Amino acid sequence: MRPLFDPFVLPFVISMTFVLLYCIIGMIRIVFQLPKEDRRKFLRSLIYPKSALKNFRDLVNDCLLHTKIWKRKPLLGYMHMSIALGWFMIIIVGHFESIAFSPLRGLEVPFMPKLMSNLYLPIFFRYFAIEDLSLKAQIFSFLMDFFLLMIISGIFIAVVKKKKPRKVGLKRVTKFGIKEDLVRLSLWTIFPLRFLAESSMANIAGGSFFTKYLGFELLFGGNYNETLSMIFWWLYSIDLAIFMTLLPFSRYMHIPAEALLILLRNAGLKTTEPRKGYALAEIYSCPSCGMCIDVCPMSEVKDNYKNTAVYFIRNIRKGKRRRDVKAMTEKCLMCGKCIEVCPLGIESLDIKIAQRNKTYYKIKSDFEYLKSQQDYKTTRPQDKAHSPETQQLSNSATQQLSNSATLYFAGCMSHLTPTITRSMKKIFEIAKENYEFLDAEGSICCGRPMMLTGKVNEAKALIDKNTELIKNSGAKRLILSCPICYKVFKEEYNLEGIEILHHTQYINELIENDKLEIDRDDKRYVYHDPCELGRAFDIYDEPRNIIDNIGLLTPGKSDKDMAVCCGGSIGSLTMTLEERDEITKNSIKDLMHNNPDEIVTACPLCLKTFARLAPVKVRDIAEIVANTIN
Amino acid sequence: MIDFGFSISKSSHIKMDDVDLKLFNKLEALNPDIKTCMACGLCTATCTAGKFTDVSFRQIILMLQRGKEKEAVEKVKKCMMCGKCMLVCSRGINTRNILLSITRIYNEQNI
Repeated sequence: MRPLFDPFVLPFVISMTFVLLYCIIGMIRIVFQLPKEDRRKFLRSLIYPKSALKNFRDLVNDCLLHTKIWKRKPLLGYMHMSIALGWFMIIIVGHFESIAFSPLRGLEVPFMPKLMSNLYLPIFFRYFAIEDLSLKAQIFSFLMDFFLLMIISGIFIAVVKKKKPRKVGLKRVTKFGIKEDLVRLSLWTIFPLRFLAESSMANIAGGSFFTKYLGFELLFGGNYNETLSMIFWWLYSIDLAIFMTLLPFSRYMHIPAEALLILLRNAGLKTTEPRKGYALAEIYSCPSCGMCIDVCPMSEVKDNYKNTAVYFIRNIRKGKRRRDVKAMTEKCLMCGKCIEVCPLGIESLDIKIAQRNKTYYKIKSDFEYLKSQQDYKTTRPQDKAHSPETQQLSNSATQQLSNSATLYFAGCMSHLTPTITRSMKKIFEIAKENYEFLDAEGSICCGRPMMLTGKVNEAKALIDKNTELIKNSGAKRLILSCPICYKVFKEEYNLEGIEILHHTQYINELIENDKLEIDRDDKRYVYHDPCELGRAFDIYDEPRNIIDNIGLLTPGKSDKDMAVCCGGSIGSLTMTLEERDEITKNSIKDLMHNNPDEIVTACPLCLKTFARLAPVKVRDIAEIVANTIN
Repeated sequence: MIDFGFSISKSSHIKMDDVDLKLFNKLEALNPDIKTCMACGLCTATCTAGKFTDVSFRQIILMLQRGKEKEAVEKVKKCMMCGKCMLVCSRGINTRNILLSITRIYNEQNI
């Protein structure tokens, strides 16, 4: 007969109660911080069968199996899966085991025997149990040993990862302070200690291949020493207690927070406040794994890796001075690579934008002049001041647009690269497209650069004006040359019934419908994916298909969703030209990996940025198409 | 006196001794690249808003340097932040951030 209670369980029970309370209170706090509409949406999504099923699937895939990490780095995927799934299974199987073989069976228990034996679930089951040789018990102990071995193998990889990150395919890992090191050490030692504790008395409590034969027989030489065993049980419990108590204040908070984040994300919520609600769930979910460090274009410059997403989120969480966080927010290029690799899919850009929206500008923008601007085709302001009739004139000009179904909007940046607009005109003519060049004489901005500075209301004025102009034209299709415009037109504009296309999509469509006759050449091209076309909208195949029709497409070192930002991004507010040049050089090096004859891109901003530093010719995709058709 | 339709225009002379450059110095400390501006005017030539209004980055900097803050701020308000000036700048000045800094440092009440 084993005892029913021993004081060594107390450290664990107390810390476990603390961590559960902490997580529940934190969860309620986050849910209450959500805007009212979002909260209702969230609660509804928990009930609907369809979204509930998706929740379940995602929870299993992301929290337990870690399929996303498997896809990128199999070894790291195994490490996470073995620890997460192994631990989870040990808890679940352990519960069933302690219900089935509760030491209370067959005992006279006061007050409601059934209830008591159901409530009494010894967490440290092996200490209180006596070996049972039935098949059922053997299966249970085999499973428990199997998952314990699985966890320990995962921890082994974790130790290797810490000592030699390159072995698991990482260049840089996040740097941590002493506290995080302590928590990690306590996590690493939990399961080896459990193994020692269970092995040390496997002759009494029983066990399977791992604890009984490998542990008890080989390691302990088949001798049972009560004092030694007790030391291990105490160490095991204290170690668990240290881990549980520190968990809410360390990066391991991502374990419970991730579950909440998945539920919130599946409800379709987005960040609205930089430090509340959804953003808070994201901030707590960041495991500081540092996957974003290697891919961030900024970390190419020494010391600038401190600006990457993982450090940004950590600084918010630590409650660092607002000024530091703000500086990091404004430095980011907003290329979105960190989100692409994030195993938790933390939308750190949304947090940054929300943070930028909080910036207080003493001087407000004034776009009153847009209202009197009926059309872009007006002359310079000084001329206008002398002729009050221009407004009426321009009114009729707007109405003339309605003849054509297609509208071409080049955007500000494309006006700096006239080869793009010229090429597009040529393509339109050859394809016999009945189009109208909306901003042939210049235009107002699309509003995205304004949004990126955090001035949402001001951007609204620009968006409204453009919407009005486009809707008045009566066009059914809108073709854009600039991915920056494309993103904001797709996301912020309300242009119902108007199809929005980037010129890569449009040209690809023409080629597929045999509207363009292309003379192939034998040049080798490499395609650079602009951030706002590739990662933002997954437009990867259209440009590649076009280039396939013209010449030989060679891959860069990192393609598609891993393409490196050109460095010119207007997403960054404070980055200096020197820092930008470093990023551009690195991006070019990446593209020149297979020695192509030309670099092709689909963004006027990338084109302009590359053209300054590239060793080969850089051209827009529209230009190479226009040069090969007659 | 007979009105010939002529008048003497107000002097545009700026007395630099009377100009308080406290805010400009603050701006310059935040954005040291302002010092490298050589007023070439590329920014003005490409400006999107400049097509419709009198926005001119070159003038804004010049006006702030000479203490004509009110006029400069009026221009800053009309900027659309499109970033074309930054792309063409021959000195690689981060014009967008300078414009944002101006809207943070200067205040319509204190100028």
